[in-house]
Amino acid sequence: MEPVVAHDIGRGHALHLLAQMLRIRQFEDRCARLYTEQKIRGFLHLYNGEEAVAVGVMQALGVADSVVATYREHGHALARGVPMNALMAEMYGRRTGSSGGRGGSMHVFDVSRHFYGGNAIVGGGLPIAAGLALAQRLRGLDGVAACFFGEGAVAEGEFHETLNLAALWHLPVLFICENNLYAMGTALARSEAITDIRAKAAAYGQPAVAVDGMDVIAVEAAAQRAVKAMRGGGGSHFLECRTYRFRAHSMFDAQLYRDKAEVEEWRKRGPLITFTTRCKAQGLIAEEDFLRLERQADAEVDAAVMFAEGSDWEPVADLERYVYAEPRA
Amino acid sequence: MSASVSRTTYREALRGALREALTADPRVFLMGEDIGRYGGCYAVTKSLLAEFGEERIRDTPLSESAFVGAGIGAALGGMRPIVEIMTVNFSLLALDQILNNAATLCHMSAGQCPVPLVIRMATGAGRQLAAQHSHSLEGWYAHIPGLRIVAPATIDDARGMLRAALLCPDPVLMFEHIGLFNMEGDLTEAAGVADIERAAIRRTGRDITVLTYGASLYRCLEAATELSAAGIELEVVDLRTLRPLDDATIIKSVRRTRRALMVDEGWKSGGLSAELGMRVVEQAFFDLDAPVMRVCTAEVPIPYPKHLEDAALPSVGRIVAAAHAMVAHEP
Repeated sequence: MEPVVAHDIGRGHALHLLAQMLRIRQFEDRCARLYTEQKIRGFLHLYNGEEAVAVGVMQALGVADSVVATYREHGHALARGVPMNALMAEMYGRRTGSSGGRGGSMHVFDVSRHFYGGNAIVGGGLPIAAGLALAQRLRGLDGVAACFFGEGAVAEGEFHETLNLAALWHLPVLFICENNLYAMGTALARSEAITDIRAKAAAYGQPAVAVDGMDVIAVEAAAQRAVKAMRGGGGSHFLECRTYRFRAHSMFDAQLYRDKAEVEEWRKRGPLITFTTRCKAQGLIAEEDFLRLERQADAEVDAAVMFAEGSDWEPVADLERYVYAEPRA
Repeated sequence: MSASVSRTTYREALRGALREALTADPRVFLMGEDIGRYGGCYAVTKSLLAEFGEERIRDTPLSESAFVGAGIGAALGGMRPIVEIMTVNFSLLALDQILNNAATLCHMSAGQCPVPLVIRMATGAGRQLAAQHSHSLEGWYAHIPGLRIVAPATIDDARGMLRAALLCPDPVLMFEHIGLFNMEGDLTEAAGVADIERAAIRRTGRDITVLTYGASLYRCLEAATELSAAGIELEVVDLRTLRPLDDATIIKSVRRTRRALMVDEGWKSGGLSAELGMRVVEQAFFDLDAPVMRVCTAEVPIPYPKHLEDAALPSVGRIVAAAHAMVAHEP
């Protein structure tokens, strides 16, 4: 792994990073409750434990950059700036949701923020990110595409096809592998002969680094370096973020495939607790700051729930709208 | 006044439309396997690399899923990509991108993500290429909401439908039958953009409506000539667009002839002809004088030897036989 850079951040940035991670954590904890109350249905995949990855990477992106994520994308959407109200309404399937309620938890879209899903086929988002990056280059623009996926995607053909294509064409794609060690219930070593994902990516001919995905500062620094290189005309970069999912794969998962002790061990390395501890030790934030940010996040979640519950359903008459594009008004 | 025409081929008409699009719209670019240096598996893109350069005529690795998905991403990113998949057979390797993304993103995002992507591919059998290179899966793709499926059978349509596809904000899959590329004929210079929501009646007749498309059109027209000598007049409808189907033209014709025969190169079970037959039955049942009939490909993987391939595919003889059986049927 990349050595952790002793990276000076000021109090303002520390508070910002913490606030973003807390918003995700509190939002999703509420989602889990709402799921048991059957207010959120379908599949629900929580990001709990991996917040440092989305928050760290998003710091490196500008407004014109594109983001492609997976079905575990609430954290990415929030960190990208998708309003929490629209995200919660999407969880509820209401028409005020970010995808008009049509996608649900797994398919969050917000084109105004260049947030292109929410792709629920493992590996399916990678080629799209390559295309978004290609469009930037062909249009003479310097935007990059950030593409998030889990280590399970490494077994898919689309992973290998796209890494090769992006490297071959020198496309500004930042591939971010969120290696949480389990593809649903299949441990990495049970599905890959070579478990060093960074090495696989490097083999395609692009800079590839592995970082501690529990460390938001390390993720941010690595993403900044990669994005800077791509803005300067560089091709694709690969970032393996070693992380862990504290909660189950989805709400139907009894977690028979891993030891509780292992989960507890990783919890000690949780991105919120380690970052908070470090910031406190450096005198950047105090306990009151943490509590205040937590309260703010909870209040935002409360408001989002109110917003979602007060929102309408899309009328059934609109069922067939947008199967094909409508002319812009 | 006769329209100005020029002598050309189906292949050249396609190339002309590609050249025209590349010239007119800087957002248009091509990508696919062997479209550049090689000149295209069926030579449709021959010489375009020299004219437009490597940025816009992009040879891809043999990575159908990656380059079709990249086409989708580029379309989302403001470009107008034209992706060539060498043949429909290889499109199966890109099915995830075509079905789960191209066809789905616009609806799933409540209209935020239309995908203005054109995917061209060769289709069909008849060249002794055996089972894995002889599929006709356009009817299968026509099953999918969100896609537009076009199958130009004529030289005017080869150019005009490609023009229309590029103006369309939706993903358009264009199926070019391998038996048509060398076809010579007249191109109507002033033909313009084709209507990709309408079928065309290629021959009028009073006795049987034949619903077909692509290369099968010419077998149907040949059968019509033969049957005409026997006093049976076929009305041959070229569907042109397989999704959405032009029910109005189809049903109006069937109501007039009171008989409907479907001819396509797909397999019969669950195929496009099954869909067409059902639409006829749903909308014109009481107008029919005979049961609907289908002439499709035998339900086998296409074999290599010519006599077996011929036996598997719809033939003029089978179309003629079906027509005779239909008119012999007592209303």
